[in-house]
Amino acid sequence: MSANRHRQSPTSGGPLRSLSLHAIVVVTALFVGVPLLYGVLGGFKTTRQLSSNPIGLPSPWVPENYASILASGSFWRMLWNSTYIAVLTTVVVVAVSALAAYVFARFAFRGREALFTMFAAGLMFPFAVAILPLFVLLRMFGLLDNPLGVILPQAAFGMPMTIIILRGFFRAIPGEIEEAAILDGCSSFGFFWRILLPMARPAVATVSVLAVVNSWNQFMLPLVVFSDDSLFTIPLGVQQFQGQYATDVARVMAYIVVAMLPALGFYAVAERQLVSGLTAGAIKG
Amino acid sequence: MKTTRPRSLRLRGFTTILLFLLPALVLFFGLVVAPILLAFYASVFKWNGMRGLPTDFIGMANFTRLLADEVFLGDLWHGALLIILSVVIQLPLSLGIAMLLNQRIYGRAFFRLLFFAPYMLSEAITAVLFMMILSPTDGLANYILGWFGIDQLDWFADPSTVMMSVFIVMTWKYFGFHMILYIAGRQGIPKELTEAAQIDGATGWNVFRYVTLPLLGPTIRISVFLSVIGAIQLFDLIWIITGGGPSHSSETMAVTMFQFGFKRFQVGYASAISVVMFLISLVFAVLYQRYVMRRDLEGASTVLRDQR
Repeated sequence: MSANRHRQSPTSGGPLRSLSLHAIVVVTALFVGVPLLYGVLGGFKTTRQLSSNPIGLPSPWVPENYASILASGSFWRMLWNSTYIAVLTTVVVVAVSALAAYVFARFAFRGREALFTMFAAGLMFPFAVAILPLFVLLRMFGLLDNPLGVILPQAAFGMPMTIIILRGFFRAIPGEIEEAAILDGCSSFGFFWRILLPMARPAVATVSVLAVVNSWNQFMLPLVVFSDDSLFTIPLGVQQFQGQYATDVARVMAYIVVAMLPALGFYAVAERQLVSGLTAGAIKG
Repeated sequence: MKTTRPRSLRLRGFTTILLFLLPALVLFFGLVVAPILLAFYASVFKWNGMRGLPTDFIGMANFTRLLADEVFLGDLWHGALLIILSVVIQLPLSLGIAMLLNQRIYGRAFFRLLFFAPYMLSEAITAVLFMMILSPTDGLANYILGWFGIDQLDWFADPSTVMMSVFIVMTWKYFGFHMILYIAGRQGIPKELTEAAQIDGATGWNVFRYVTLPLLGPTIRISVFLSVIGAIQLFDLIWIITGGGPSHSSETMAVTMFQFGFKRFQVGYASAISVVMFLISLVFAVLYQRYVMRRDLEGASTVLRDQR
């Protein structure tokens, strides 16, 4: 009997065991899901309703909080700012890193590993370490209150991860293909542009998704670069809105729920690239 | 023919290498390396950060002041506390959930999606959400505690609970990320190994303890590494929720640096904090890779050597 129990694979435990496993997962799901649900429902309440009835469904449902945010120009402007900053950051970081990763993957030259290690070491140094001198430099270049002041540093700090992932992928493409292309009269750039990049499309998609997410959620850099609130991105807008309407809790809740939607929508579309990028980055970095 | 081709390739290579690397080098040196060097330079001056370069050289005074400052020592303690809590509570939780979701559980695709969702939200959104949930007056958390007859907590407003509250928020946001890493690591373990152990009579726990866990070693070491680096640079959450308070009880190095650098205009002193953060990250990364991840990296470098 006991030998028999030991034989059981962990996937086919008894009903009690399976029940307790489910219970753990459900409790965790409540821990994660309830705050989100609380936000969504809270946005449909008035602030007074929210404090008398924090848990239940709204009664009556109050759509005004959401409606007023969606009707305000400032939210859409921030959405636009976040979007084009994310897109331009992604274009810059992927273009620059792909060129470098190509060299690191397919050319042999003295100092290559040292140079690559230097780039890879950048992975350990987040904005927090460099933000102050970065601010001084950006002020020197006149890039404060300029979207480039956010885009270029984000691209620079995104390079290590992007180069590491792309280099790994470029390496896996057989050398025979490059030789054949060059014998056919293809230049290095022609090979890179017309053969390597199209072949590496999954890896390019992965690093692009990572770059978009990082840019989208970046807070510290736009916080110091932008003082003009017409340039604000969504994270800055969230903080500003919270400061303005701190007492009107339901309204703030509606605001953050609306602010969540683009990120969650993007997650729904790009989940696979995101997960493969994060795991590849973590394992190779 | 055989001797000229590599040489022409090498010549072609040299200009290509230069041209292809140039944009990356410019961006990296201009916006990553130069700022770090500038921080080192500014850290030995008394400087209010106004235009031009600092002139009032004071040697190591900023650093001696830093090491004697209780706020900074508090920062170090808070960082260490978050690292300990992450490693002892958050990562085992992520690992456990990852193992559960690896089994045939009803709705596991949904759970995986849900648990990872908070990672997608910015820390700003997370911070504001939890300011309301953990509000001492009419937050959801106190309401739920009321069901169990537990006294209301002041959460972020009380120096004795603020770090615990921050840790709860960090766990909410980040455990799904680590879970995803562990799930990927678990899927990389060949089925034959766990099956063989089961056939040999190992219990579920023993299979986990002696087969799965050791093989997850590299993933766990990476996950710990990322947690530590994350704790060293923690800023957004704290800055938005507490600003480091009440009375510095949740302050981190990045918050102190930001206070002095951008609010009090003691840029020299704030640069010294940046330098210390840099050195802590560097020393940690080097030691960790040298002693903890050595085996994982050895594998990687043999692969490198083979391809060279």
